[in-house]
Order: sequence, then C-alpha cells, then structure tokens
Amino acid sequence: MKRLAALLLLAWASLAQGQGQGQLEHVPPDPPQSHVDHDMSYREMTEMMGMDDRRRFGKVMFNRLEWHDGDDGSQYAWDAHAWYGGDYHKAWLEAEGERVEDSTHESRIEGGWERIISPWWNVRAGLRHDAGMGPARDWLGAGFTGLAPGFIESEALIYLGEDGRTAARFKFERDFLFTQRLVLQPEIELDAFGKDDPEKLIGSGLSSLKFGLRLRYEVRREFAPYVGLNWAGHFGETSDLRRAAGESGDEFTWLLGVRAWF
Amino acid sequence: MLTRRRFVQGMGGGVLLSASGLPLLGNTRAPSELVGPTFDLTVDTMPVNFTGAARNAVVINGQLPGPTLRMRQGDEVAIRVTNRLREQTSIHWHGIILPADMDGVPGLSFNGIAPGTTFTYRYKVNQYGTYWYHSHSGFQEQVGHYGPIVIERRGGERHGADREHVLLLSDWTDHDPERIYATLKRQSDYYNFNQRTVGDFVADVRKQGWNAAWADRRMWGGMRMNPTDLADVGGYAYTYLMNGVTPAGNWTGTFTPGERVRLRIINGSSMSFFDLRIPGLKLTVVAADGQDIEPVTVDELRIGTAEVYDVIVTPGDAAYTLFAQSMDRSGFARGTLAPRAGMAAEVPALDKPVLLGMGDMGMSHGDHGPAPAAAATAGAVDHSKMDHSKMDHGPAPAPPTHAPAESGPIVDMRASTVKTALNDPGVGLRDNGRRVLTYADLATLGGPIDVRDSAREIELHLTGHMERYIWSFNGQKFSDATALAFKHGERLRITLVNDTMMTHPIHLHGMWSEVVDAKSSFVVRKHTVVVNPAQRLSYLVTADALGRWAYHCHLLYHMEAGMFREVAVS
Repeated sequence: MKRLAALLLLAWASLAQGQGQGQLEHVPPDPPQSHVDHDMSYREMTEMMGMDDRRRFGKVMFNRLEWHDGDDGSQYAWDAHAWYGGDYHKAWLEAEGERVEDSTHESRIEGGWERIISPWWNVRAGLRHDAGMGPARDWLGAGFTGLAPGFIESEALIYLGEDGRTAARFKFERDFLFTQRLVLQPEIELDAFGKDDPEKLIGSGLSSLKFGLRLRYEVRREFAPYVGLNWAGHFGETSDLRRAAGESGDEFTWLLGVRAWF
Repeated sequence: MLTRRRFVQGMGGGVLLSASGLPLLGNTRAPSELVGPTFDLTVDTMPVNFTGAARNAVVINGQLPGPTLRMRQGDEVAIRVTNRLREQTSIHWHGIILPADMDGVPGLSFNGIAPGTTFTYRYKVNQYGTYWYHSHSGFQEQVGHYGPIVIERRGGERHGADREHVLLLSDWTDHDPERIYATLKRQSDYYNFNQRTVGDFVADVRKQGWNAAWADRRMWGGMRMNPTDLADVGGYAYTYLMNGVTPAGNWTGTFTPGERVRLRIINGSSMSFFDLRIPGLKLTVVAADGQDIEPVTVDELRIGTAEVYDVIVTPGDAAYTLFAQSMDRSGFARGTLAPRAGMAAEVPALDKPVLLGMGDMGMSHGDHGPAPAAAATAGAVDHSKMDHSKMDHGPAPAPPTHAPAESGPIVDMRASTVKTALNDPGVGLRDNGRRVLTYADLATLGGPIDVRDSAREIELHLTGHMERYIWSFNGQKFSDATALAFKHGERLRITLVNDTMMTHPIHLHGMWSEVVDAKSSFVVRKHTVVVNPAQRLSYLVTADALGRWAYHCHLLYHMEAGMFREVAVS
C-alpha cells in the first residue's frame, strides 16, 4: 500500500514536472544594454545590414542581332532593349532597325520611363525617333508592356507625332522550350499609322506586319545563336506606295543571328 | 570543358587551399571544435577550390564551415569576433535566446563589426542543443560565413549516444552572390533547368488526352506560373557541401559498429532545402531546432534552410551513404558513415523532380475551368489531390482573407484554399514509399514555454512575385512596411498563410515559435518554421525579449528582396 502511494506520488511529480519543463528550461533574455540609434533612416539601416529591397538593377538585351541575304544584298537587323531601375520604376531604352548594304533602311529609337501598375503590366511613356528612309519623325509615346496570359511578352503603344500624325505599335513574343536550352521564339510585330506619310512610304491604317520564328540554342542563358525565318507584309496604302517606289513587297527571309544579354 | 556532372559533384574534392596552394583540410576531418566559454573567431577571406576553379570564400578561423563552438548550458560565454574583411561583418547566433544587442543583426541589434575591429559578444547560455551561427551582413553567408554550435545539456543528454557528428549542409557557389541576385531580378527562371518543354506537352497529350493537357497548360499559362519552380537557385550554380566537403570529396564520419551515433544536422545553406536519408538506416529524430522531442523514427527528413534536426542512428559493420538531395533534385550533398575512413557505399540516384500541384497553388479544383488530370511531365506525379480527411485534425480552415496590399502589383498570386496539414511532408516527398518526417511527428518534450493562450493574433501572408523576383509579407516589402509591435510579456499567435508556390523557412529572432496544430494544441518549439505552399500555419510566441529583432524568410535572396520585417518588443 505504501509502495503504491509512493509510486503514485512519483508519477504525479514527474507529470507535474513534465508539464512545466518547457517553462523551466526557458529563461527570458535580459533587456539589451545598448541600442542601435532608433532615428536611423531606412537608408542608413539597410546600408548597415547590407540588404536593401529598393536596390536598382539594369539589363541590356540584344533580342535580335541578325543577318540575312536579301534581294538587295546583305541585310542586318537589330532589336535591343535596356532597362535600369527598381521594382516599381524603371528607365528604358529600345532600338530596332535594319541596314541594307550601307544604308540604314529603318530605325526606331525609343526611350522613357516605366512603372508597374499590376502584377503583369507596366505603363510606359517616352519619346520615339524614327530615322532611315525618308525624313526623320519624332513621336511622343505611351502604352503598356507586360506578360499576357500564356507567357506572351507584350507591348502595345500609341504615338502622337508632328502635324497630327498618330501611330500604334504592337509586339508579342513567346518562348517554346524544346529542351532546356533549345528555344523557339515566335514574334509578331504590327505597325499602324493614323495618316499617310508618303515620304516614308507609309499609308494610313495597318501598314506592316512582321512575323518571325527564331530557334536559338542557349549556350549560356545570356548567349544564344539562332537560325530563323522572317516574313514581312505590307498592307493597304503602304503596300501601294512601296510598289510605286519600286520597293519589295512581301518578303520572306531566312536569317542567322545571336541573342545576348547582360 | 568541365562537364556538368563533374561540376555538381565537385572536382576539387572539397580541399581548401591555403594561400600557398597547399591543401589545408582533408575529407575525413571532423569540423574543428572550439570549447568555451571564451571563443576567439576571426572572419577573413581565403581562396577555396570546390569545383576546379579557385574562388574567394569568407571563412572563420580559416575554415569553411567555421569551427564548431561547443558550449555548456549555463555558461556565460564571451565570443571575440575580429573582422579581417574589407567590409563590415556580423555573426548572428541562430536559435539562441539572448539579449537583443547580442543578436548580431547590423542595423537592428548593433552597428556591425567594422573592418579591422573586434566585437565581443557576451551572453548567458540557458538552453542546450544544436544551433548554428552565420553572418547577417550582405551575402557573406552564401560564400562560407557559417558554423555549428553545440550546447551540452546540464546533467547530460536526454537521448544518450556513444558518439556524435555534426552534419552541416550548405550550398557553395562559384558565382558571385551579388550577381546571382541581380540575375534573378533580370530573369527569375535563369537557374531552373527543369522547365516543361514542348516534348512534355506531347507526352501529356498522349497520356491524358488533349483536353486535360491543354487545360493544364492553360491554367498555368493563365497564372503565368511555373510548376517546376521548386528552387530559385539550383545545381547549375550550386555545389552542395556536407561539412564543407563536396559529394566527390565524400566527407566521412566514423563509428564503431553497434554504437548509437548522434547526428546533429544543420541546414546552413542560403537557398536550399535538403531531403536527407541514409539508405540502410532508420533515423530516430530526437531534437528539432535544438529542442528535445519525443523520439520518432523515420526513413527520411526534409530540412529547410536554417532548420536543425538531431537524429540517432545505430549503424552495423558497414558503410552508409549520407544522402541529402536538394528539393529541386538538381544536386545533392553526400557523405559517408563508416567504421573506417576510406569506405563508401552506393550513392542513390536523385529522385525525379515532381511538379507543384493544385494543392500547392492554394486552388480548389475547378477554380480555373476544368481540372486537369494530375499533371505530370518532367517527372513523377505529385499527388496534389491529397486526401484531406487524413490531413491534420479539425475542420479545414476558412478561405483566407488577404490584406489590401496583396492586391498590389508586387504579388502574383493569392491562395484561395489553404490547409494546415502539418502531416503533409511537402512537395516531392508525398507517397514516395519512404516514411518521411512531418511537423505532425514532432512533439517537443516538456510542452510549451508558456501555457497561456494567446491574447491576440497577427496574421501574415507570405507573398511574392516570382517573375519580377520580389518577396514580401502581406504584399509589403521590408521598405514598404513598418515594424511589427509586440507588447512585452504578451503571448500572441502568429498565423502564416503561404500565398506563394514556394516553401519558405520563416525565422523569428529572439523568441521561440511554438507551432500549434489545427486544434491549437502545442506541437513543437522551433526557431525556423517551414511553411509549405498554400499552408496556413500558426505558432504562439511569448514576447519576453525586449528590443528590436529581425523576422524573415531564411532564403537569402528572398530576405534581400523584401521578405523581412522588424519586430519591436516594448
């Protein structure tokens, strides 16, 4: 009887101790003796931490640097963009164009500012300068860029130029992976203008559509040679103007190029 | 040219080179140990060669990982840290309960350790168990600034062993971590070489039919998410190390057959989750994050970044492979337990990577049109249709309500269906035929440190934008948020809802995180809590530590990108 009571007591004691063991083993720490300056600015604090989620980054991408053997001899084309900024705001620059033999056939340089407005879309504003054939044209531009459903990189911009000229430009591209390094990239680019610009062989309405298909091999993510094909078509008034000027009509070309970024 | 296989396995065999090019350390070394209560540590750079290319690492006392600091419960320790780098450094004592000014977070607890100066950390060690230390300055942790802490229990270990080894797992990279971070900002899927291809789509059409395969692609494409996004940085950039030794180097821990061997396993990586097993041995887990638990025997365990598990094994007269594959299956850390040095056992093949499923997205079936059949292409099927009746106890949590900022531009998804499911082993480990440890298996001995119920609740959602590579709590980056205020002495409940498709290890400095189950019963005391995609998990905190503390995701680049908060206890 006595033994049973002792056992019960022991059991109770160990139970009671078990209950509070966590409490017994934890000792709250002393308050800090010294304090970091509470008035430190965010900038000073993050500098001290070596951690700042507002840091700015930049990227330069040569999406297309390519050569093709056209009707008028060797042609070179480029499409590059760059950005610099933080998560919310970025400065951006784009250059796209084509050289035939020794003359710049087409050139668009565009730059400005971009801000994110939703998880997948940015709003963009900037200036555009078109050179190449005919007189140069300058534009104020605004629009959206982003990633549309289906991982489609998208750009949609409208422009306002001198003499009441207006224009719109749309561009869509997407990557299809055949392997982790072999990537097929279809691209569609559409240009439209509000009124005729005969000196630049541009008619109002949808003027041109370019469709490209490029198969690249990513030697590194940053460096990928590719082979591709490009089809460029002109429509309506533009088509007529070009024909009258002796320019080629719809064009289908094979091309070689590299895509590179850093 | 260096083949990828060789790169992942490591060419150099984990031999550290001194400035003169002489090997300093062999593969069978035990990480050197310093015994307290007084320690002298020097932080410096040193050339290392893990892959065939020499790189500069940040090392402590000329070692990577740094020396094991052995303390005794009750010690008043003094740790003099001298900085020989050209930049500021710091040491954070991960999991140690100490005064806020000794916690080692520059900008919050102190001003950091300037180049050429010595800072002395002093604190009383009231706890016991396995912990670790690492830099809290910039990206130093990624390049070697970490080491183990072992605190002996007053009165002897509760779970006795004849021998012990520390296993510190980490992810070495030859790349500059600044560049890794910038690269993630420029192209967030840069390091993912397991993405779905056109061939996978064709295979899915064959297997599941056009409708199911198309619906699956339409759903993922609609969300603009990637079901193979299991790790932001993987084997392309990482060579996984065990005690600072590459898989090819084969770190070896010896034992006498029949001994009970305690393995103190620390995930000291910057960005990697490891799934660890020792083919041929059962793992008896006896402590989690330094806290003794009711022993539980498993075949395999997932150890999140910064987590710690102690296991006891009883090996026979043979060699056993310590196999820790990264969660994305892009590589592994490997070592050997053997009666003698120089032995090796078969190294298992990496498991096939699985895809994230509907359950991981926090979507109920039918959220996005027709539910595709279980998606499977790149690898095996992950059973996203988990049997919820087997999950945890209690009712399923109500659909989460999201903070207004979560509807902002820096959050790419919000879970609409969440589960507590502490017994979910996580993506890639479900139904793999092995007994895998889950949080539901953990039971800290002695119960919680505070038996009070919580008086209030703070709900935080783990949020992010994978494509833009922005990470946050409640849709607010650190720079956008104010400090979380805890009242001194209060017992509060923190509920985390993971609105992302990634698994995040969340670390609260200074105070314990006491995880509770769906019925609010105490489960386990931790310093780092792993939250699965679309999981709702709660823990209680006693705010008994005055001062300013860091609270963050322990994936280094997530922390850097905004998944960080200050906690102010006053």
